[in-house]
Amino acid sequence: MAIKERLSGNEAVATAMRQINPDVMPAYPITPSTEIPQYFTSYVSNGQVDTVFIPVESEHSAMSACIGSEAAGARTITATSSCGLALMWEVLNVAASDRLPICLSLVCRALSGPININCDHSDAMGARNTGWIQIFAENNQEAYDNMVQAYRIAEHKDVMLPIMVCQDGFITSHAVENIELLEDDVVKNFVGEYEPDHYLLKDDESIAYGPYAVTNYVMEARRAQLEGLRNAKKVTLEVAKEFEAISGRSYGFFEEYRLEDADLAMVIIGSAAGTAKDAVDALRDHGIKAGILKIRLFRPFPSEEIAEALKNVKYLAIMDRCEDFNGSCGPLGAEVRTALYNKNLHPAVINYCYGLGGRDVTVESLTSVFRDLQKIQETGNNGEFYRYLSVRE
Amino acid sequence: MASDISKLGLDVKWQDLTLGCTIVGSSTAEEFNTGEWRIDTPKFLKDKCKQCLLCAPACPDSAIPVVNGRRLDFDLDHCKGCGICEKACPFDAILMFKGVK
Repeated sequence: MAIKERLSGNEAVATAMRQINPDVMPAYPITPSTEIPQYFTSYVSNGQVDTVFIPVESEHSAMSACIGSEAAGARTITATSSCGLALMWEVLNVAASDRLPICLSLVCRALSGPININCDHSDAMGARNTGWIQIFAENNQEAYDNMVQAYRIAEHKDVMLPIMVCQDGFITSHAVENIELLEDDVVKNFVGEYEPDHYLLKDDESIAYGPYAVTNYVMEARRAQLEGLRNAKKVTLEVAKEFEAISGRSYGFFEEYRLEDADLAMVIIGSAAGTAKDAVDALRDHGIKAGILKIRLFRPFPSEEIAEALKNVKYLAIMDRCEDFNGSCGPLGAEVRTALYNKNLHPAVINYCYGLGGRDVTVESLTSVFRDLQKIQETGNNGEFYRYLSVRE
Repeated sequence: MASDISKLGLDVKWQDLTLGCTIVGSSTAEEFNTGEWRIDTPKFLKDKCKQCLLCAPACPDSAIPVVNGRRLDFDLDHCKGCGICEKACPFDAILMFKGVK
């Protein structure tokens, strides 16, 4: 029987971690993810988990310890935010290229500077090309559910890649919401034991991780790694199906909200999608055909499926919660446009930078985005392709 | 996915690489055919060789096998063609062939 609770996003994720009972957790505290290792160390102290907790001196050390531990054959987990993830950057790439299915709970926060502790996606987006699987949550329930599913995706023999389970700093991490938890033994059975074929501490077998590759091997190594990442798509759907059987909650690459007959649509990631749904409901009440595509799986990017879901949309707004310093678009803007172009789809597209450093994202501000799309519909003039939402100017 | 390192030559396809380029097993360097990297190749002129053995320790890659106090022909599976042995030989018993694999 499902357990009704009310938890913050951090508590929810820590609870999933307790139920998973990983072997090792190296971690270093940083706001707003600090509570996750904090809750977890009390589980360790109370004997509720068998995990070895390693307090380290930095996030670079945390991820390095994760790599050593995972290579040794131990299921390994960590949590971080913002500059902590940035400090891990070098070793994030190593974790992925060594094909180590480490799990990292990322509580998204702005990167410095200006220094700020609130939510945006500049940390996650800064790590989008490190070879990690990235999966995002809109609310606490999704953060919990994604964490329960994470190792099943990462450790699948066709994938074997690290996974970043992302939620929005403070907005979901610290807000207490109603949540439905699974029972401990249900999660334990669902996640199962980690049984890699090869690992450093295996009896009667030695193994070398991360050997030097001369020029002649690097392209092949990258191509093989890409295949593992691509395989994560199929596995994500298979795991979601099994998860639905134990939870009754269904997941895919993304969620389509009133999108089927939408002329105007918004692509968005994370907690702001909930606000966007309210905006869409109000617009629908006024007869405006608006819809949302909320990304869940960002890496690998489900490009073809996104284009297919948006094929009837005429006016599209793509929402980036980070500044990519590209000059003309954000990362999601670039990738959704590529997805559309590859399918020969050419809706009018505007790309917004929004919600930086915890800037409020309201029903009103997201409604104004749909109003901007309506303006394009009325005038036929696209105007600026890349815009800032709610910026004083 | 256990590695047979002898099959990880320069023409290996990405599909045949080991997971994360891991190498299973120990003392596998001997099985790895690094001689493929060579662009110049030494030739051992047995008749000129006095078995002084100055060449063998000069080789940076143990590509000159010595058995019972006598050097044998080159181990071309591991020789990188650096040519140091040719310079070490006082009797012109080693000749380097440029551009010969």
